[in-house]
Amino acid sequence: MTAPTPTGCRDAPVLKERGQREVFCGLTGIIWLHRKMQDAFFLVVGSRTCAHLLQSAAGVMIFAEPRFGTAILEEKDLAGMADAQAELDREVARLLDRRHDIRRLFLVGSCPSEVIKLDIGKAAERLSAAHAPHVQVLNYSGSGIETTFTEGEDACLAAMVPVLSESDRKELLLVGALPDVVEDQTLGLLDAIGVTPVRCLPARRAAEAPGVGSKTVFALTQPFLGETSAALVRRGARRIAAPFPFGAEGTTLWLKAVAAEFGIAPEVVDRVTAAPRARAAKAVSGAAETLRGKRIFFMPDSQLEIPLARFLTRECGMQAIEIGTPYLHTAIHGPELDLIEAGPRLSEGQDVDLQLDRVRAARPDLTVCGLGLANPLEAEGLATKWAIELVFTPIHFYEQAGDLAALFARPLRRRALLDRRAPRLEAAE
Amino acid sequence: MKLTLWTYEGPPHVGAMRVATGMKGLHMVLHAPQGDTYADLLFTMIERRDHRPPVSYTTFQARDLGGDTAGLFRTACQDAYDRFRPEALIVAASCTAELIQDDPGGLAETMGLPVPVIPLELPSYQRKENFGCDEAFLQIARALARPMARTDAVSCNILGPTGLGFRHRDDVAEITALLNEMGVAVNVTAPMGARPSDIARMGTAHFNVLLYPETAESTARWAERELEQPFTRTVPLGTLATRAFIDEVRALSGSTRPVDENRLRQPWWASSVDSTYLTGKRVFIFGDGTHAMAAARIARDEMGFEVAGLGCYNREQARPLRALAREMGIEALVTDDYLDVERAIESAQPEMILGTQMERHIGKRLGIPCAVISAPVHVQDFPARYSPQMGFEGANVIFDTWVHPLVMGLEEHLLHMFREDFEFHDAAGPSHHGGHAPRRQESTTPAAQPAASAAAVSGGSMPPETAPAHLQTDLEDTAVVWLACAESELRKIPFFVRGKARRNTEAFAVQRGLARISVDTLYEAKAHYAR
Ligand code: SF4
Ligand code: SF4
Repeated sequence: MTAPTPTGCRDAPVLKERGQREVFCGLTGIIWLHRKMQDAFFLVVGSRTCAHLLQSAAGVMIFAEPRFGTAILEEKDLAGMADAQAELDREVARLLDRRHDIRRLFLVGSCPSEVIKLDIGKAAERLSAAHAPHVQVLNYSGSGIETTFTEGEDACLAAMVPVLSESDRKELLLVGALPDVVEDQTLGLLDAIGVTPVRCLPARRAAEAPGVGSKTVFALTQPFLGETSAALVRRGARRIAAPFPFGAEGTTLWLKAVAAEFGIAPEVVDRVTAAPRARAAKAVSGAAETLRGKRIFFMPDSQLEIPLARFLTRECGMQAIEIGTPYLHTAIHGPELDLIEAGPRLSEGQDVDLQLDRVRAARPDLTVCGLGLANPLEAEGLATKWAIELVFTPIHFYEQAGDLAALFARPLRRRALLDRRAPRLEAAE
Repeated sequence: MKLTLWTYEGPPHVGAMRVATGMKGLHMVLHAPQGDTYADLLFTMIERRDHRPPVSYTTFQARDLGGDTAGLFRTACQDAYDRFRPEALIVAASCTAELIQDDPGGLAETMGLPVPVIPLELPSYQRKENFGCDEAFLQIARALARPMARTDAVSCNILGPTGLGFRHRDDVAEITALLNEMGVAVNVTAPMGARPSDIARMGTAHFNVLLYPETAESTARWAERELEQPFTRTVPLGTLATRAFIDEVRALSGSTRPVDENRLRQPWWASSVDSTYLTGKRVFIFGDGTHAMAAARIARDEMGFEVAGLGCYNREQARPLRALAREMGIEALVTDDYLDVERAIESAQPEMILGTQMERHIGKRLGIPCAVISAPVHVQDFPARYSPQMGFEGANVIFDTWVHPLVMGLEEHLLHMFREDFEFHDAAGPSHHGGHAPRRQESTTPAAQPAASAAAVSGGSMPPETAPAHLQTDLEDTAVVWLACAESELRKIPFFVRGKARRNTEAFAVQRGLARISVDTLYEAKAHYAR
């Protein structure tokens, strides 16, 4: 189960495409990051489009006094009539005045602010000095020209790394924003195995921010954290290479890799995880009945595609036709590719119309895609699983393995249910 | 720079997309960064369209910026033409592309595509979504429509419906049927449902019906000048406006055919004794200018409500809206900042709000019932069932929609009589609204508290909240003080009139120079304001 199959996908040729990309920009990451970091505010410096994107993607959350907003650039900011830096200072001062609970402020760059070369890095330094020590001001770019969807989280976490305090303890750093419930489960498991001490990046509050140094080892919980990983390495920390903790197998391999780093034998992990592993296998097997033998096509979205394809093919018996990813980081995705049986087409980047032609030709049983494509494909008679749900739902580690499989089984089960009751409707026009 | 959390309108290129997505046989090429494709999901999810919007994006990335973004744009145009074979193309820049200064219009023109290519100027840093709709439709009409011989039989065009329009689908059906009943044929409905070739024959109609000034007024005015087509000024929202619209159409078409009003139930529903309790209900109205103004007239003249506030978010309609507000003796609120709207609602303390999705949430926060009358709206306001706002069926729909959130008459009386009843206390909210029980500003009995917050939890995906702090401090700020006995008497008044009672009593006390409010003051004020 654990040995890389000689027929893995690591050396398979990758189809690299450029053309229209149907993806979110990195600003979208704010929607889950602001829930995770309870004393942070995300201020996008951008246009009405950016504000509209956040509103459309956040849906109803926008009404719960969200800790994010957009400083919308106006005509006079572009024409140089207003000093954009002074404007920014004023808006930030007003904001911080209203929200005393804010301890971390992220200035988030957008395409417009990048294109006009508004230096938000300089602004962050200046504002940090002005509002220290109560508020720390950081900056990163979530622009569509530089980041795709989950890369927004990567850019955000990477921006935090340089300001983490220096630490000389041997410590495990868990990297990636996990739902609180999953984070707690993980800390519990690591503790039972004997891995201590463990800290999290991002921390829920500024006061709990971890330190980092040459004795730090870190494990990614998400596959899209390439920049953050590099930033930690620059601080002297070392990454534990492992598959990602999706499904029983992924979770076990991930835990074993971490345990090994702390000199703990794999048998210990096997013993401690016996019960949750059995639970996960049982929960997965329910959904796997629906999924076994079904053909799946991944359109690029979040970089979760490769680990999820590994989970679905190995633990749920699915067959992958194409695994599309916005970016393929060989170092990070490699251990996953080793586990995927040769066969599927790997693609990086996108030309959406050409890729849709391939979807139509292959007629997969399930297509994983974004919300702009899901209903149109359903109307063509193709079952879809919309991908954004995969970053909004707890799916990591043992206890969520069944839920993860069920997310993919549900569209197929629904289709079967509806088909039995009603004749197919003509697609409405 | 302006800090914004919620925007009533998207950027102008989203408006242009609404025009393109409404039409058929037209394709739009948008010069835009990777990421701007998010707008597709408005159409595929909220409007539940079963095909992708006919929009190609260049989706340039940072690595493209130093290089040939203009070439990227040309390729996107060529690919879109080759793949979709549209009858015409519209080309535009999003806010980011506006900054990199490739000229989409100029670039596309030089390509020599065999179909008309229509460039759009969309000033993203000044204008918004509705402008984008209006401008895109105008440019398409200017490029394609020409003066023509009129159809033999009298006919008209319907102007204004677009993709993602609030009830546009059913309004068009309702008004088309009404026009047909009058013997007026519909020549072209546009943008929604029209092809570029249909736009080209708009000139054969005798006149235009302008359904939505926000999205088509410029085109209507242009057609009036260039195609010599007069257009209707009345938007048929409400019974009275529909009748006025019919008269206008008669004048423009010469039609004398009778219109069957049998299916119109709203006037009788509103006159029936069951509706008496609606009299003088204070409503706050906010939305796009057209829907807000129509709602204000319906509220006052057809429902017997009192209009306690009126506003719109689109400056384009500020002037007529201000005039109407003046006529109603209130001050107009023209703003696109929802915090202004929230403040105005708090100070007006209405018994009901008619607004957009945003006002629905403000209503939920303040515990005030609300009905949706205007975009922007969520997915549930693109319903499967037939639900126009316009014409006679629209009047029926509006009556039902507005009355539904209110506590029913008998229930109102029972709440009044048995206000201490253990399961009929006011925190339980309207009986037919269990899941969306409004949150109270004040606690009633301690026992009622968990029930109320449980209701708030089950009331949707919104997390339960405590009363906004400014509401509590508001009371402290007022010069008059409520004596404990008066405060507890006030609490016995049902929640849906309590805000009004508090306000009236305070105003009464201020008028008389009273520093304290006693039980007597409360009842004196009640007598003073009795109608
Ligand atoms: S792609 Fe760029 S312009 Fe569009 S919403 Fe994202 S950051 Fe803003
Ligand atoms: S829960 Fe959803 S449907 Fe209900 S009011 Fe909130 S956003 Fe609208």
